[in-house]
Amino acid sequence: MAAQPETVEQVRAVTEQKYKYGFTTDIEADVAPKGLNEDIVRFISAKKEEPEWLLEWRLKAFRVWQTMEEPQWAAVSFPPIDYQDAHYYAAPKKKAGPKSLDEVDPELLKTYEKLGIPLREQEILAGVEGSEGKSPAIAVDAVFDSVSVATTFKAKLEEMGIIFCAISEAVQKHPELVKKYLGSVVPYTDNYYATLNCAVFTDGSFVYIPKGVRCPMELSTYFRINQANTGQFERTLIIADEGAYVSYLEGCTAPQRDENQLHAAVVELVAMDDATIKYSTVQNWYPGNAEGVGGIYNFVTKRGACRGKNSKISWTQVETGSAITWKYPSCILQGDNSVGEFYSVAITNNFQQADTGTKMIHIGKNTRSTIVSKGISAGKAQQTYRGLVKILPRAEGARNHTQCDSLLIGDQCGAHTVPYIESRNRSARIEHEATTAKISEDQLFYCRQRGISEEDAVSLIVNGFCKEVLKELPMEFAVEAQKLVGISLEGSVG
Amino acid sequence: MSAHTSPLHPMTYSTRGADPATAPAFLAPLDQVGAGLPGSGLSWLTELRTAGRERFAAVGLPTIKNESWRYTNLRDLAKTSFQPAAPAAAVIDLLPTVRAEGQDGPRLVFVDGRFRADLSSVEGLPPGVELLSIAAALNSHADLLADHVGRLAAADDRPLVALNSAYLADGAVLHVPAGVQVERPIELVFVSVGSETQATSCHPRSLLIAEAGSKAVVVEHHVGRGAGTTLANHVTEVFVGEGATLHHYKSQRDGGGAIHLSHIAATVATGGCYDNFILTTGAKLSRNEVVSRLDGTEARTHVSGGYLVRGTQHADTTTVIVHAQPNGTSREVYKGVIDDTARAVFQGKITVCPDAQKTDGYQLNRALLLSDGAEIDSKPELEIHADDVKCSHGCTAGELDDDALFYLRARGIDRDTAQGLLVGAFLSESLEEIAEESIRDAFQGIVAGWLEEQK
Repeated sequence: MAAQPETVEQVRAVTEQKYKYGFTTDIEADVAPKGLNEDIVRFISAKKEEPEWLLEWRLKAFRVWQTMEEPQWAAVSFPPIDYQDAHYYAAPKKKAGPKSLDEVDPELLKTYEKLGIPLREQEILAGVEGSEGKSPAIAVDAVFDSVSVATTFKAKLEEMGIIFCAISEAVQKHPELVKKYLGSVVPYTDNYYATLNCAVFTDGSFVYIPKGVRCPMELSTYFRINQANTGQFERTLIIADEGAYVSYLEGCTAPQRDENQLHAAVVELVAMDDATIKYSTVQNWYPGNAEGVGGIYNFVTKRGACRGKNSKISWTQVETGSAITWKYPSCILQGDNSVGEFYSVAITNNFQQADTGTKMIHIGKNTRSTIVSKGISAGKAQQTYRGLVKILPRAEGARNHTQCDSLLIGDQCGAHTVPYIESRNRSARIEHEATTAKISEDQLFYCRQRGISEEDAVSLIVNGFCKEVLKELPMEFAVEAQKLVGISLEGSVG
Repeated sequence: MSAHTSPLHPMTYSTRGADPATAPAFLAPLDQVGAGLPGSGLSWLTELRTAGRERFAAVGLPTIKNESWRYTNLRDLAKTSFQPAAPAAAVIDLLPTVRAEGQDGPRLVFVDGRFRADLSSVEGLPPGVELLSIAAALNSHADLLADHVGRLAAADDRPLVALNSAYLADGAVLHVPAGVQVERPIELVFVSVGSETQATSCHPRSLLIAEAGSKAVVVEHHVGRGAGTTLANHVTEVFVGEGATLHHYKSQRDGGGAIHLSHIAATVATGGCYDNFILTTGAKLSRNEVVSRLDGTEARTHVSGGYLVRGTQHADTTTVIVHAQPNGTSREVYKGVIDDTARAVFQGKITVCPDAQKTDGYQLNRALLLSDGAEIDSKPELEIHADDVKCSHGCTAGELDDDALFYLRARGIDRDTAQGLLVGAFLSESLEEIAEESIRDAFQGIVAGWLEEQK
């Protein structure tokens, strides 16, 4: 529970800030006409110069989507979405191949500067040739509305056989890999939002780590929604071949707007024998204002398949943004001895609603899964943990441990826990625990007595509450996440 | 919260997955028996029956598409043609009891849902306490019934309650006036006999009222005789007044052809306590729903039980605890043992309404799987709308501890005996929730008998 002094300092430094990523970038954009029909699907596919099989796949998905109904089971409510009243493609008009910082669209540069990405990284993000390879830190794929604007460290990664690029580029350069794995974890008939994504997905990242390669740096995608009235439908596909290892980070922000914007992404992970994928998310989409106006609808399908023996997929998420979150990163534990992990911190304040959790499907022998979920609800927010642990008859010796804790701040919010636990193998051991409590007066008093303001004390206690999850994040993200915890709870006390 | 249940009306049944096509077969016999139902002159009762009939006609049997029925499939019910059980003068020579041999006490006996005065006794009750059948009460206590029946289990909501309301004819009524303490347990015995040639159904409706400051212990026995398919669709409404305590223990040992469906809806006033325990060992398909609402401050409820199933049995326990007022306490401890290819379901929900500050809620469900084909599905839910609360739930599933088995076997105890010892010990944790010692012992005996059958 003891937070570092610097944590307190960081929290103080950011507590006064409002949503600091709420600006818009005035940049010339290529936008598809509003609406959703087969022509739009064809338009997107043509823009991306996609092969015929992919267009066919998109159209199949679109036809299925038209017969589907929006899911109603989640504990979230929102006015019906008019799927015709949005643009399904928006891309900044990019001049081909800028040679130096001066040639990059200054508006794009400013955007990354404002997003708080350090200058060195900023150069890289803007796609300046020759700036790569100086000091390898994090390889970044920046997705701006519907397209990937830059991917860094590509050359260095290529030397090791690692493919890290925009998925639209992978479709051109590595069609055999994309064709083999796309939709193999989340099929195009999966669910309403995932099926919509299959039809209209625009960009996202593609990662392939070859056999036996340990990816030497963190791979990261930075998602930014900029255009008004656009939906973002990115698609990420990560494949770790036998014995490979990769740690992947995802960050998201969006401008502050009064209308809601839809973000329906699909992430597919495939881990073969002895491979490990660590996937971390810091989700900070615009949550709407204090009155609940605006914000992103974050309806995301994330699923990983542990196909091989001894494979491992670990999801870590810090969810602080979005007006509505509907997200269940899951693991299908097919390979014997495979491991699934889900570590989550979700913070909702004001009028935010989050229905999030995970699914652990144990199919192989001796599969193990761990779920640690920390939910913090403040203001008038509603939050639900919804999770499934399923043990199939063949999963001898399967093991699951689940811990879900909720913290309530204020008497207007709600925190709910809806776990489903299904066991069909007697040798499986499952433990599930959930608690709900509020910040104890004793803890607050202890802090106040030592001269810590009430707001700082809450940040400190909440950071302590989340520590079990935050420690799973790569270092760079952990710092940002701690700050976010403070910002998200701003104004929730007193 | 739109389609989701609202915190203030957490018991509203969602009509998702409704299958009205299943309704006519269940409602058709009403055309013959309807006119003969007791209390036909009472307008409130006619309205209640009509509301139930209309509701069930509109929704039919619940299907697994409905969230609260996702683990219990009534498909086989829909395929069976049930006729209302005919009044039978079946000879019942041995009745289950928690009393020591030779002792008697207040007892109501129902055979296939109909009151049997010849087997019942209301002697020895303190003055003012009423214990009678619904059919009789409709004549003598019509106002009491009008004030209570349908208040907690609405005729126009859940499909099975609606069906029960449509057929409302008989069941038990207990009324304990304010301040009266009933020391001796009151036994309610429901015997299913049925018919070997025809699947039969009954819809008993019971009412338990403990007025302010009173105390009573009710023990329900559900037993089966005969091999026919019987459907018993119980609805029980329980009113616990200010500072009153009602212990409500139930043992369900129906036969292998029985389908046991039960909905208990309770409300607890300020400082009152509703203590429920259900031991399930019988029926091929059973579903026990307990909804306990703490409608007064400082109210308490204990909702616990044990389920022991084998063969192809299916036992569903679905509980909802609603904390509507501050300073309430709820405690729930369930233990289950599942053998062969049996399947058990536990769905437990604790709802804390916005005003229910200082709520303390605890829930535990632990299941033991004894064989490879056994299955447990658990769904423990928390829905919290108040911040100053302490709520937790725990849930485990697994097999017997190998080390413990080895320890016993190393001491020369054979495998079956060792397993029996461990299972008994495992179950005793929930049986200890039974506050009344004599009843705890009787229920221990039922568990011991079940373990004995295993060999």
